[in-house]
Amino acid sequence: MATNNKGRRDFMGMALGGFTALGGIGALYAMKRTWDPLPSVKAAGFTTLNMKEYEDNKLVVEKWRGKPIFVLKHSADIIEKLKKEKPDDLKRVIKIGDGHYTVCIGLCTHLGCIPGFRPETNDFLCACHGGMYDVTAQVTKAPPPRGLDIPPFKIDGDKLVLGEEGPEYKKMLADGITMPV
Amino acid sequence: MAHFDENARPFSHKWLNERLAIDTLKRVLSTEYWIPKNINFLWAMGMVLAATFGLLLVSGIFLLMYYQPNTQLAFDSVNYTIMSEVGYGWLWRHIHGVGASVVFLIIYIHMFTGIYYGSYKKGRELIWLSGMLLFVLFSAEAFSGYMLPWGQMSYWAGMVITNLFSGGSLHANGLVEWIRGDYVPGQAFLNRFFMLHVLLIPLAIIGVIVLHFGTLRIPHVNNQDGEEIDFEEAAELYKAGKVKESKVIPFNPVFLSKDIFVMGIYFILFFYLVFYHFEFAMDPVNFDPANPLKTPTHIYPEWYFLWSYEVLRPFPTDPGLIAFAFAQVIFFLLPFLDRSPNVAPASRRGAFKFWFWALLIDMIVLTFMGKLPPEGIWSTIGLVAAVTFIGLWIALPIITSKEKKL
Repeated sequence: MATNNKGRRDFMGMALGGFTALGGIGALYAMKRTWDPLPSVKAAGFTTLNMKEYEDNKLVVEKWRGKPIFVLKHSADIIEKLKKEKPDDLKRVIKIGDGHYTVCIGLCTHLGCIPGFRPETNDFLCACHGGMYDVTAQVTKAPPPRGLDIPPFKIDGDKLVLGEEGPEYKKMLADGITMPV
Repeated sequence: MAHFDENARPFSHKWLNERLAIDTLKRVLSTEYWIPKNINFLWAMGMVLAATFGLLLVSGIFLLMYYQPNTQLAFDSVNYTIMSEVGYGWLWRHIHGVGASVVFLIIYIHMFTGIYYGSYKKGRELIWLSGMLLFVLFSAEAFSGYMLPWGQMSYWAGMVITNLFSGGSLHANGLVEWIRGDYVPGQAFLNRFFMLHVLLIPLAIIGVIVLHFGTLRIPHVNNQDGEEIDFEEAAELYKAGKVKESKVIPFNPVFLSKDIFVMGIYFILFFYLVFYHFEFAMDPVNFDPANPLKTPTHIYPEWYFLWSYEVLRPFPTDPGLIAFAFAQVIFFLLPFLDRSPNVAPASRRGAFKFWFWALLIDMIVLTFMGKLPPEGIWSTIGLVAAVTFIGLWIALPIITSKEKKL
């Protein structure tokens, strides 16, 4: 009788424990989902830029998904200089019509501060931890591990749609020029 | 069935005693909780901390009445409504701001007292561990509270600290967005940090404070010589009237009177700061409303986080994050990294004496370097101090295992 009782109690304990664990896992999942970004936040994720409006060597800051987007149109002599000195950097440049543009998320790849553009030296400096980037926002001084990330984009005539993945962006991803964001 | 005297007047001593055992509670929790005589004012820091936590709680309750956890309204609700409309709103804010800063100074004094006198070993490990847990919770409480005024420093500290969770090269952007509830700190972010600051973390803190007191009960507090006292024997001596011969005193009223004396001096300083020098706890940059499109020229944490920030800063991303994680957890391991059996003040422990002062000075250097811009000589000093910090902890088990037994 005593052993039988023990067997029954073990069964009750295991049954109770099992259901409690199941409920606990369910509750944890619900808590996780409550912390997720809302669908409305995720849906408001597209920005269209008219690329004709930009002037050579003048940094303009746009906004996409609440993040600052650097748009910098390069003059012909900057492109010539890059061809000679840093041909790899040209892969980061987006060509639309006759214009060459650097379009990137203006958040330092170290910890997310906004680097400042210095027109006199044509580069970016992040004041938080001293990271530096060249004119195409490729990193030139640590701690940032890589150049500024390029947002997903699609070229649509003279326009650039941020948030959609066009063939040029997919090629950049495949070549490891930028990271998915 | 317990016995209840039907003739006892309601709420009389006897009536309460039969229902709540108030005499037993008083005896166990205060009049027969024994404290060694051989201690100094540094042993009062625990009660000073408890009192400061009480002030933070009370001032926080009044701030909560007018604060708006909304990205459009938060800044003005703090800087306009509470500061200039609410009667004495400025008082609660200054107590809360000064208290949040000063509580860390006292925590550090409390911690370094424990390290100096070896109050983390031989039965006192759980005191140290629960204390470290409180340090982590207080840090989370300070950080989440710093978000709430939604100024420039709030926003950018929120950005930088949540980005730490991307784990460098792991690129866990999904985790960062999950924590924020958005791609960048926004409404969802402000709301959840508000919840953490006013409910979840304070609840956890109160729970762990109770645990911290509980861990103290059996091993008792340490003393200036690390002497192992037979508390039962010493207590009998005290109760027998041999107060002079006994090595212990009761917590209440004898020790508490000294605690309250120290608290009195502390509160003079505290309220001097609240009324005349509150600005040290109010960063001028945070009086600009949050602007997601502009980073302040220099961002830096409050002074109490600077040392661990400076352990992160001089390295490239991944080693920096590893060093930072190391700095966050290494203090937890102190009771296990100190291989010496000696419970004694650092001054009697040979090489440990130099280790203790080196650690203290190194952390002060890290604190200053964390505030200075990361340029030129400051970068170099910061790097040396960060490497020294890691080196000291690696050296600890080696120097303590070679220590002579006292």
